[in-house]
Amino acid sequence: MQQTILSILLENEPGALSRIVGLFSQRAFNIESLTVAPTDDKSLSRITIATSGDHKVIEQITKQVNKLVDVLKIKELTNISHIERELMFVKLNAKTPDARDEIKRTADIFRGQIVDSTNQLYTVQLTGKKDKLNAFIRSIRRQSDIIEIVRSGCVAIARGEKALTA
Amino acid sequence: MLTSETTRKSDALVEQPPSANNSNALFTGAELVVKSLVDLGVKHIFGYPGGSVLDIYDALLAQEDIQHILVRHEQAATHMADGYSRSTDEVGVVLVTSGPGATNCVTGIATAYMDSIPMVVLSGQVATHLIGDDAFQETDMLGCSRPIVKHSYTCRNAEEIPATIAKAFHLAKSGRPGPVVVDLPKDKLSPPHRFKYEMPEKVRIRSYNPTIKGHAKQIKKAIEAIKNAERPVIYAGGGVILSGASELLLEFTETINAPVASTLMGLGCIPGEHSHFVGMLGLHGTYEANKTMANADVIVALGARFDDRVTNNTSKFCPDATIIHVDIDPTSISKNIHAHIPVVGSIEVVLRQFLDALAVKEDFKTPSYTSWWQDIKGWRERQCLGYQKEGSGIKSQQVIESIYRATNGDALITSDVGQHQMFAALYYPFKRPKQWINSGGLGTMGFGFPAAMGVKLANPEKEVVCISGDGSIQMNIQELSTCLQYSIPVKIVILNNKNLGMVKQLQDINYDGRHSSVYMDSLPDFVRLAEAYGHIGMTISDPQKLDESLAQAMAMKDKVVLINVEVEENEHVYPMQKKFGAIDDMWLAKGVDQ
Ligand SMILES: Cc1ncc(C[n+]2csc(CCOP(=O)(O)OP(=O)(O)O)c2C)c(N)n1
Repeated sequence: MQQTILSILLENEPGALSRIVGLFSQRAFNIESLTVAPTDDKSLSRITIATSGDHKVIEQITKQVNKLVDVLKIKELTNISHIERELMFVKLNAKTPDARDEIKRTADIFRGQIVDSTNQLYTVQLTGKKDKLNAFIRSIRRQSDIIEIVRSGCVAIARGEKALTA
Repeated sequence: MLTSETTRKSDALVEQPPSANNSNALFTGAELVVKSLVDLGVKHIFGYPGGSVLDIYDALLAQEDIQHILVRHEQAATHMADGYSRSTDEVGVVLVTSGPGATNCVTGIATAYMDSIPMVVLSGQVATHLIGDDAFQETDMLGCSRPIVKHSYTCRNAEEIPATIAKAFHLAKSGRPGPVVVDLPKDKLSPPHRFKYEMPEKVRIRSYNPTIKGHAKQIKKAIEAIKNAERPVIYAGGGVILSGASELLLEFTETINAPVASTLMGLGCIPGEHSHFVGMLGLHGTYEANKTMANADVIVALGARFDDRVTNNTSKFCPDATIIHVDIDPTSISKNIHAHIPVVGSIEVVLRQFLDALAVKEDFKTPSYTSWWQDIKGWRERQCLGYQKEGSGIKSQQVIESIYRATNGDALITSDVGQHQMFAALYYPFKRPKQWINSGGLGTMGFGFPAAMGVKLANPEKEVVCISGDGSIQMNIQELSTCLQYSIPVKIVILNNKNLGMVKQLQDINYDGRHSSVYMDSLPDFVRLAEAYGHIGMTISDPQKLDESLAQAMAMKDKVVLINVEVEENEHVYPMQKKFGAIDDMWLAKGVDQ
């Protein structure tokens, strides 16, 4: 099994996203996360998909996605030098002063920020690679109750000159 | 072939402004649809009207280029369009209403998709402002058809109708062909809004550029492997026929002197009686085809997709062979079986490249492969298609051989799905591409008869015979009525074994003969049924009369004849691959030396 991030450039057409999602379920490919947003060219969208599978599966995924008429380009980023990030919000129980301190300290260590608070709760914002976010969750879970976690799924871009544009 | 639809003088025609030929003329969306189809050269549409497409039906009255065939069930319309396309180079066109009209097309679209058949389905849709409201006869047709189309469009602006339909046609027939759905909301079709007709000169889709020409490096590698082969085989599929590469295949075959095995979909890509043809391969393939594959050292796969009905157990599939896989669709390559030398491109173009590459190689002389051909001769001598003719009843195999004689081996043959399909594939040697028309990928019972109608409409001069079973024929029998309305004189031969024979065979083999829901009690009297629809019905039960009766039926050129042949109930189709075995692990028929 190989973790893979795919960057896809496709027509910003209604139904285009459902073709991608449908393809994954139809062919029993895995989706770990998926993000989609328009690009600076309004006629195009970018989808970043985190998936996994052996070499043969990833090859099929890439070919099958590329075959969709709406898809202009697809690039596997995991086999080239790239940057990847995910955004996460974690809502935590912070009833006692001790808990509040502990959360603040842990958030600092992970370069997170507290972006909202009430008498009872803190909401921490964190960006980074999947591993870092997971590590934060593991560490904070020991100290306080997690109320809710919201993750954006990963986005990624190639380092250096390489770019996936139309 | 005047019908009630076309006899009425069209209101639309009368209402059209005098400037109809002038580029400033304005048209309703529905008129744009029809005008686009006329411009794209469409001659036949298969369809069924309903609320959301009535404007198109009205606009159809104003022209004489397109004949609309009013079917009795929308599924049949898709199979007719499909057969029409398979027997020509045209795109089959279907027109249906929203909701049930559209969903009734699903099986036919899936059938075309699995076999890569160019088809455009124009489906009505409720008015844009009602979409999402669960309006009367609203179905998300784009959603329903998404996994079984090459692409689909919904029309958001009536002005875009001509360009959208042009794109749909382009996608349907280029690259790896396939069905395309165009959803047409009613408000985009209806008056009073009128628009200019603007058909693009050339279709351009920036995200769609199929690779046609094989990569030079890959061609070189392939030629190297072919040159070094000792036991080569060509494994030819439906892609050869779709890309019109049959003549080149023949030239290539004779140049490299390799045997050719064909898939169910590829039959006819090389003449069935050609010296190099070893027959159909796979589940019910010939002994010699599967043996040749299993023993080959180089497999040249052309427009075939290593389907599970061919390979049998993939982990045992031809482990010693170098596989060259040529296909226009990169996803077909290395999907089921790893290709050592992948070549993406159109079969026709790549075969030309192969031949050119061989022609410039001074050291290339057509090899004799003496010992390889000796092996093949040995496998052929097993006579795997032999069957026992004794007994009082008629054998299915015999019926196919008799149809072959009655049609001089020249008819266009369609089939349904089941034992009769396999018998037809094995016992009717097809002479040319597009002569054999069947649902290979999806295996759709009910395909054969409507497909035959489409074939006949496209080839009125040719003899068209549908070979069916007592089960399959009942899945679209209602089209006998359409046949009468439009005088479409096809011949239907039912191999009536009173059972869902193919399923029964599987129950015999895999379920110790426990027959569950395969006996068709209370079958209709097919002769009277044909007569009730205004056609000729015949029953044949005496083997002595088989040839004579079939010849009689075929001689009725302008009649639909339904021929019910009572065949032996317990016949099995052989050869048959053993489950989980290698490609050449097979059972042969009783009496054939095992
Ligand atoms: C629409 C559809 N339903 C079910 C099947 C499964 N199936 C495959 S062959 C077969 C039996 C076909 O019976 P018949 O048409 O009488 O042909 P025979 O095998 O007896 O020649 C069935 C039920 C199918 N292929 N298509």
